[in-house]
Amino acid sequence: MAVLMEVKNLVTRFYTQEGVVHAVNDVSYPLHEGETLGIVGESGSGKSVHVLSIMGLIPTPPGKIEQGEVLFRGRDLLKLKSEEMRLVRGAEIAMIFQDPMTSLNPVLNVGTQITEALKLHLGMSNTAANTRAAELLDMVGISDARKRLDNYPHQFSGGMRQRVMIAMALSCNPKLLIADEPTTALDVTIQAQIIELVKRLRDELRMAMIWITHDLGVVAGIADTIQVMYGGRIVERGPVKEVFGDPRHPYTLGLLKSLPRLDQNSKNSKLVQIEGAPPDMRYMPQGCSFAPRCPYCIERSLQERPPLEPAKEGSGQHLVACWVDVREGVTQSG
Amino acid sequence: MGREALLQVRGLKKYFPIVSGIVFQRQVGAVKAVDDVNFDVFKGETLGMVGESGCGKSTTGRTVLQLYKPTAGSVIFEGRELTTLPAEELRKTRKRMQIIFQDPFASLNPRMTVGSIISEPLVIHRMFPNKREQQEYVEQLMERVGLNPFYINRYPHEFSGGQRQRIGIARALALKPSFIVADEPISALDVSIQAQVINLLSDLQQEFGLTYLFIAHDLSMVRHICDRVAVMYLGKIVELGQTDEVYDNPLHPYTQALLSAVPIPDPIAEAKRQRVILTGDVPSPARPPIGCNFNTRCPVHFDLCHHDPDPPLVEAQPGHWVACHRVTP
Ligand SMILES: Nc1ncnc2c1ncn2[C@@H]1O[C@H](COP(=O)(O)OP(=O)(O)OP(=O)(O)O)[C@@H](O)[C@H]1O
Ligand SMILES: Nc1ncnc2c1ncn2[C@@H]1O[C@H](COP(=O)(O)OP(=O)(O)OP(=O)(O)O)[C@@H](O)[C@H]1O
Ligand SMILES: [Mg+2]
Ligand SMILES: [Mg+2]
Repeated sequence: MAVLMEVKNLVTRFYTQEGVVHAVNDVSYPLHEGETLGIVGESGSGKSVHVLSIMGLIPTPPGKIEQGEVLFRGRDLLKLKSEEMRLVRGAEIAMIFQDPMTSLNPVLNVGTQITEALKLHLGMSNTAANTRAAELLDMVGISDARKRLDNYPHQFSGGMRQRVMIAMALSCNPKLLIADEPTTALDVTIQAQIIELVKRLRDELRMAMIWITHDLGVVAGIADTIQVMYGGRIVERGPVKEVFGDPRHPYTLGLLKSLPRLDQNSKNSKLVQIEGAPPDMRYMPQGCSFAPRCPYCIERSLQERPPLEPAKEGSGQHLVACWVDVREGVTQSG
Repeated sequence: MGREALLQVRGLKKYFPIVSGIVFQRQVGAVKAVDDVNFDVFKGETLGMVGESGCGKSTTGRTVLQLYKPTAGSVIFEGRELTTLPAEELRKTRKRMQIIFQDPFASLNPRMTVGSIISEPLVIHRMFPNKREQQEYVEQLMERVGLNPFYINRYPHEFSGGQRQRIGIARALALKPSFIVADEPISALDVSIQAQVINLLSDLQQEFGLTYLFIAHDLSMVRHICDRVAVMYLGKIVELGQTDEVYDNPLHPYTQALLSAVPIPDPIAEAKRQRVILTGDVPSPARPPIGCNFNTRCPVHFDLCHHDPDPPLVEAQPGHWVACHRVTP
């Protein structure tokens, strides 16, 4: 598959009163056409800031994209003027958020909101846009779609609003859908509905997706590639089966071991816990950001930052940033 | 296994009135948040309580602790009926029952030091006449939950989420309770921190012989930590039994759908799964359906499910209870 987007050496910082927050630190990766990339990482690891940087939505100040390129179908998005970027957003790249109300306007009925995008990006007439809007609501499983076009966002339940937002996001057949924790606030049965829906639409429309979540289970079910972020960097990345089956970064390994499984009885064993707390993004350590919590940490981890490189004896697609080979299993704390 | 009930809940109801009118307020309906719930919690066990948002888990926990006055029903704790207990007696009994909240940020007073937060219940119940002894005890508690006693004079905002949850746990432990309601104690925490708190809760249970009512929506974690589990739907318990039994052999169609919706962090297992995708949303507890509460979303509903009375919770297999006309016609 051809490369759809390439992120190169992206660095984003926030200049706050409390200090400089190093939110995204030298992030590079390709995204292929039709590929679904799942991004996981703990709160504050730079997942949202990195996609907001791609979309040109970083509040400046305090934020600043310090360096990098985002090549999307040949153009560097970071160099586009704001009007040009507005045309990319919504048409070629669409985004859905955790809180649908960040993209829905509470004082306009949903029909108006969907048809506006269709008229702006696709130059549709009123009638054509209305018909299409009803089709879109129908496509995301909202019954009685024509009538619901007159409804305001508050007249929908949480799960339905999420679907309205998805309908809006997909209205112009984007090449890339970026989803930032779109199901985190929803119940699991509703989450399952939304994920089924998005998977079906993705396959029908042949979109690429970036799906941000903290739920490794969601990534396992939806993504082709997983990317694990820690301290504003990619610490591990690769095909999902390879990374889940053979995790190489101590953080990924720790996360997977700390999770109990629905399909297994683990009552008589203790969960493996990751010690310590997430890093303060104002202080960039010289070495690996995970070192203070890492059971495999060696002297070099404290001195020098490990580069993201192909995992030993891996497929070549599987990358990891760690000086230690976790398969050898030498943990310092025993 | 000791099957002595520490807590017995019978016919518990909690309805919140819906009022209308500004000057002359009158009740126009009720939110049936908890609607005729029956369960026991055995001494030393962890009973999980799961179900979707708004199904009444927190209200059940709070009504059991008499933080809300029940609309009807009985709650027997350590042999005493709580619902009719005089205020002073209830206050004494409260020492034995504590609650840990979901949000470690909202539940701690930002203007109090950690030391005063943890010792507050000790002061209220006048446990230590001697200040020095009280401080030593608080330091011991901090140490026990994994907080450095050196930080006793710091404020909550100086701690991380996981540490704040530890402060809440230390406060709940201060009066040496026998029963703790843990209302989503890990939902607000990062995945990497959740295991720390769960391991701490199970160590403390061992050490102090605690009994937990563990409210959660992380069904995988519930399987790990709970001996038995109650599944709630729209104010009612629809299934109750040993955790492994309920997870491996769910009887209620709602439990089946709920479990099948939970993602598993394993791409190979995920690719093989058969999901029961429910349509629609949970109905409003102010206007529950006629008949079985689940009939609007149930994949296997039939005539009987649409008529009152709704299916009662019956013991379909030893220790495994279910409320469904399909299972027990
Ligand atoms: N507007 C802002 N001003 C200052 N700092 C910010 C701003 N937005 C984000 N940050 C900081 O940037 C860092 C990365 O934040 P980001 O929102 O990308 O995290 P995340 O990985 O998406 O976390 P979560 O899982 O909580 O959504 C954090 O330290 C955050 O506090
Ligand atoms: N103080 C209150 N006044 C009125 N209605 C309430 C009150 N507390 C809860 N409710 C309603 O009672 C129902 C049950 O709420 P409850 O908080 O017990 O649900 P829950 O299962 O704990 O949900 P969640 O998973 O979201 O915490 C909901 O419909 C809620 O809106
Ligand atoms: Mg985020
Ligand atoms: Mg609750």
